[in-house]
Amino acid sequence: MTEFLQHVVNGLSLGTIYALIALGYTMVYGVLKLINFAHGDVYMVGAFAGYYIATALDVERSPSLPKAVAVFVGAMAVCGALGWAIERFAYRPLRNRPRLTSLITAIGVSFLLEFGFQLPSLRAQGEAFRGVLEGWGLRLPAPVAGVLAVLPDNFPPGPTPRFFPEPFERVDWTVLGGVHVSNYDVVSLAVAVVFMVALQLIVYRTKFGTAMRAVSYDSRVAGLMGIPVSRIISGTFVLGSVLAAVAALLVAGSRPRIDPIMGLMPGLKAFVAAVFGGIGSVPGAMVGGLVLGFSEEMVAGYTVSSFRDGIAFAMLILVLLLRPEGLFGRVSAEKV
Amino acid sequence: MRPARMVAILAAALGAAACEAKKPGADAAPAAASAAPSADRILVGHIGSMTGSEATFGLSTDNGIKLAIEQWNAKGGINGRQIGLKTYDDQGKPEEAAVAATRLTVNDKVNVLLGEVASSRSLAMAPVADANGVPMITPSSTNPRVTKENGKVRPFVFRVCFIDPFQGTVAAKFARNDLKVSKVAILRDVGNDYSMGLADYFLAKFKELGGTIVDDQSYKAGDQDFKAQLTAIKGKNPEVIYVPGYYTDVALIARQSRELGMRQPLLGGDGWDSSKLFEIGGKAIEGSFYSNHYASDDPSPRIQDFVKAYQKRFGSTPDGLAAMGYDAAMVAFDAMKRASEPAGTSLRDAIAATKDYPGVTGIITIDQNHDASKPAVVVEVKGGTSVYVTTVKP
Amino acid sequence: MGRLRLLLRPVVPFAVAAPMLWGLQVLAPQDVAIILVAIGVNVILAVSLNVVNGFTGQFSIGHAAFMAVGAYTAALITTGFREVQIAHLPVGISDAVIFALALVAAMAVASVAGLLVGIPSLRLRGDYLAIVTLGFGEIIRVVIENTRALGQATGISGLPAATNVLWTGMGVVATVVMARRLLVSTQGRALLAIREDEVAAEAMGIDTVGWKVRAFVISAAFAGLAGGLLVHRIMLVTPRMFTFVKSMEVVVMVVLGGMGSITGSIIAATVLTVALEWLRGLDQYRMVIYSILLIALMLTRPTGLFGTKEIWDTLPRWLGGRRAAGGAR
Repeated sequence: MTEFLQHVVNGLSLGTIYALIALGYTMVYGVLKLINFAHGDVYMVGAFAGYYIATALDVERSPSLPKAVAVFVGAMAVCGALGWAIERFAYRPLRNRPRLTSLITAIGVSFLLEFGFQLPSLRAQGEAFRGVLEGWGLRLPAPVAGVLAVLPDNFPPGPTPRFFPEPFERVDWTVLGGVHVSNYDVVSLAVAVVFMVALQLIVYRTKFGTAMRAVSYDSRVAGLMGIPVSRIISGTFVLGSVLAAVAALLVAGSRPRIDPIMGLMPGLKAFVAAVFGGIGSVPGAMVGGLVLGFSEEMVAGYTVSSFRDGIAFAMLILVLLLRPEGLFGRVSAEKV
Repeated sequence: MRPARMVAILAAALGAAACEAKKPGADAAPAAASAAPSADRILVGHIGSMTGSEATFGLSTDNGIKLAIEQWNAKGGINGRQIGLKTYDDQGKPEEAAVAATRLTVNDKVNVLLGEVASSRSLAMAPVADANGVPMITPSSTNPRVTKENGKVRPFVFRVCFIDPFQGTVAAKFARNDLKVSKVAILRDVGNDYSMGLADYFLAKFKELGGTIVDDQSYKAGDQDFKAQLTAIKGKNPEVIYVPGYYTDVALIARQSRELGMRQPLLGGDGWDSSKLFEIGGKAIEGSFYSNHYASDDPSPRIQDFVKAYQKRFGSTPDGLAAMGYDAAMVAFDAMKRASEPAGTSLRDAIAATKDYPGVTGIITIDQNHDASKPAVVVEVKGGTSVYVTTVKP
Repeated sequence: MGRLRLLLRPVVPFAVAAPMLWGLQVLAPQDVAIILVAIGVNVILAVSLNVVNGFTGQFSIGHAAFMAVGAYTAALITTGFREVQIAHLPVGISDAVIFALALVAAMAVASVAGLLVGIPSLRLRGDYLAIVTLGFGEIIRVVIENTRALGQATGISGLPAATNVLWTGMGVVATVVMARRLLVSTQGRALLAIREDEVAAEAMGIDTVGWKVRAFVISAAFAGLAGGLLVHRIMLVTPRMFTFVKSMEVVVMVVLGGMGSITGSIIAATVLTVALEWLRGLDQYRMVIYSILLIALMLTRPTGLFGTKEIWDTLPRWLGGRRAAGGAR
C-alpha cells in the first residue's frame, strides 16, 4: 500500500509539471491556433536562466529564501522576454500565411534553441575561430581579440549536462507509514497550485483574460470590437512562457540535472496532455497534465519501465482517434 | 492461375531450393586495402565522446593517449618517427563512430585506431577497422562482442581491458563474499549494451553463488526521474542495488534513492568512473562500491609515476579511463616498435603477440581472443573520492 | 509494337543508367564514392517525402520511422542469410541477389508500416497530422529499443557493406522515375487536387482518405529503400539513427527545394549533403544552420527554391517540356 501511495505522490509531482507546461501550449493554441513547438525549449531556457542566476548569486554555498525568489523572478523574466521575442519575430510576420508555414517556423525555432544551446561557449568558439585564422596565417585584429577575453565562457552551455544548485535545504518526512515526501515536493505542489489558480483568475476575471478568450473564439471579430489583437497575443505568449519557467525551476530543484535537450520530451508530453484535456481549454490542460503524470508513473512503476515515454504517445493517438477534441474541448465543424 | 502469380511462386520455390550454406572461406575477401599510411609520420586515430552526457569518458581517454604520445615523442618517437594524434568526437552516437572510423581509416590513413570507451560505439567501429585492414585497440570496451562476433575473432580488433563476463562475476563475488549479502535488486540501463551485458552476467553468477535477485528494473539513459523504479525496488527490500550504468544516471539514481529513504549501498561497474560521479552524487553515493580497472591510490611505483606525470600535465588525478587510454596507446607503440611495419597486418601480428606488457592497469597479455586477461579492483566511494578495497583475479 | 514499347518503357531509364553508374563506381576514388552514396540516399529520402508533403500537401514529420522499418528489415535479411549461397552462382552474384531481396523486402515492410500509420492518421488535418506522425515515429523507435530480437538500443552490427554507387544510383533512378510518373498521371492529379483544396476534391468525388493513404504507403516504401541502403553503407543499424531530428533533416531538404518539385528536392538534397561534408569541422553548427535556414526560408520564401516547378519543364516541347516555346500554357 505504501508503494502505491508513494507512486501517487510521485505521479502528482510529475503531473503538476506537465500541467504547467501544458497551460502554455493550450493558451497559445487558443489564440493563434498554432502548436508552439518551441514551448518545450522555452522551458529549457528557463532552467538554464535559473542556473546562471543561481551561479551568479552563489546559491550553491549560501542558499537563502531571498536568493531563491530572485532566481525565480529572474528566470520568469527571461522566459517572458524570450516568449515575446519569438512571437514578435518568428510568428507575427506569418500570421496571414497558411498554418503550415508557422508550424515549420515553430519547429525551426525549437531546433535553434536546442542546438544553439549545445554549441560550445562563446569564448571557446572565439578561440576556435582564432585558431582557424592562425592556421591560415592570419591574425585577429587587436580590438577583436580584446572582445574575445570578455566573451562569456559559460554560455552557451554545451551538450554536457549541468547540475542545478539546491535553492534551499532539503528536508525529508515520512508520512503514513513509509511514504517519503520532501519539502521540495510540498513547495512544488503549492507553487504550482498557486500559479494555476492565479491563471484561472486572470483568464476568467480580468479584462485581459476576457480579451484573450474573445481572440480565441474569433480573432477578426475581436479586432473589430476594438481589442488590440496583437498585444493580446503577445501577452498570451508571455504568460505561457512565464509558466514554463516556473515549471522548469520546480523540476530543476528536485531533479537537478539540466541539459539543452531536457525540454524535448516534457514538451511533447505536455502537448499530449493539452490535447487530452482539450486543446484551447485551460482547465483541460491542468486535468490532462495530472492524468498524464499519473499514468506515466503507474506504467513505469508497475510494468516495464522503459515504455514510460511510449505511454504519452499511445495516449495521444488514442485521444486523436477516439475523441479528437479532448475532454473539455468543443467539437467544431469545419466550415467550407 | 494468372501467369504472373505462377511465375512468382515458381521463382520463390526455385530460390528456396537453390540456397545452400556457403562454403567456409567463400566469403568475399575483405575490401581492397586502402593505400598505406604515410611513411614519415605515425598517425594515431582516436574516436571518443568528447561531448554529450558521457563527455568525461572521451576526454579522459584522450588525455591518457596524449600523455603516452608525448612521452614517446620525447624519447625520439618510434624508430625516429614522431607520433601525431587525430581525434574525432562521436558525440556519444554509434553511427557517428562508424562514420568517423571510415574517415580515419580511409581519408586520414591512420596507423592504428584507438577507441571507443563504450562498447556500443566500439561495435560500430570494429567492422570498419576489419574492412580497411587497420588495427584497432579499444581501451575500455568490456562487451565480449567487440572482439568476437558469432564465435569468430575479429582479425584487426583488440582490447586491453577485461570483459564483462569477468566484471559481472567480480561484482557478484564481491557482493556475496565481501559484503555478504543474499538479496540484490538490479537497475539496468536498457539503452546500453554494456549495462545489459553486465547485469546479465552479474545475475547469472550471483544466483550461482546462492543469492537471490529480488527485482530487475530498467531505465533509459537520460531519464530524469527514477522514483517509479526505485519505489518498486524499495518494496522488495534488497540489501544491495546493482546499478551497472554510466555515472550521470547513477549519480541521480543515488540521490533519488536516498530521497525515498533507501539506505542500501549501490554496486556498479567501471561506467561509474568519473570525477562527476562524486560531484553530482555527493553524500548520496557515499558508501557505495564499484569495480574498476585500477585504483589511483595504489602505492605501486609504476602507477604512482603515471599519476604524478598525469597530474603535472593535466592538473587532475587520472581516472580509470585515462589509465586505460594510456595503456592502449603504450601497447600500440610497443607493438609498433616490434613490428616490421608499424601498420596493417604486421602491426596486427605484433599487437597479438603482446606478452606481459607492464601497463599501469596491470600486466597485459593479449590472448587468442584478442582480449587482455587482467585482475579487477573494487573501490568504495569514501570522502568524495574512490578508495581501494580489494583486487579480484580472473 | 505498341505493347512492346509499353513493356519496355519502365526498363529504359534503368538500362540507360546502369552502365553509367557502373562506370562511375569503378572510376570514383573511395572518399568520393562515400559522398555519392550519401547524396543518393538523401535524394531518395527527399523525393519520397515530397510525395506526401509536396504532391499531397500533408505534413508528415515521421519519415525516419519508415526508414527505420526498412533498414531493420534489410539488416535482418542480410545478416540472416549471411552464410547462405544460391547454387550455381558465384559468391558475389549470390550476395547481390540477397541484397536485392533484402531491399525489396525493406520496401514491402516499410509500406505496410506506412499503411498502419496512414489509416488512422489521415483522417486528421494539418497540425494534428504532423503531431501524430511524429508520435508514431517515436513509438516505432521506442518499440525497436525495447525488442531484444532487434538488438534493442545497440542495434544490429556487422552488416555486409553491400551499398555502393551502383545500387544507390539505381535506387535514385527508381525513386525519381516513380515520382515523375506519379506526378503526370491521372492518379497524381488526385493527389494534387487534395493538396490544392481537400474539401473541394472530396466534393468532386475523389476518395481523399484513400488517396492520402496511398501516397503515404508509396512514400514509406521508398523511405524503407533509403534506410536499407544507408545502413549497409555504415554496416550498422541503431534506433538512435532514426529520431525526429533525422525526419526534420529530410523535411528541411524538401522545404528548401520546394514542396511539390522533384527537381527541387534533388538539388536541395545534393546541396545540403555536400555542404555537410565540407563543413565536417563545423558539425555542431549543422543543426543550428538548418534551423536558421528553415526560419529564414519560411519568413522570406516559403515556397522554397523551386516552388512547384520542375527543371525539365523549361526544356523545349520535343524533349518533354510542358511549356510550348513562346506559347501560353
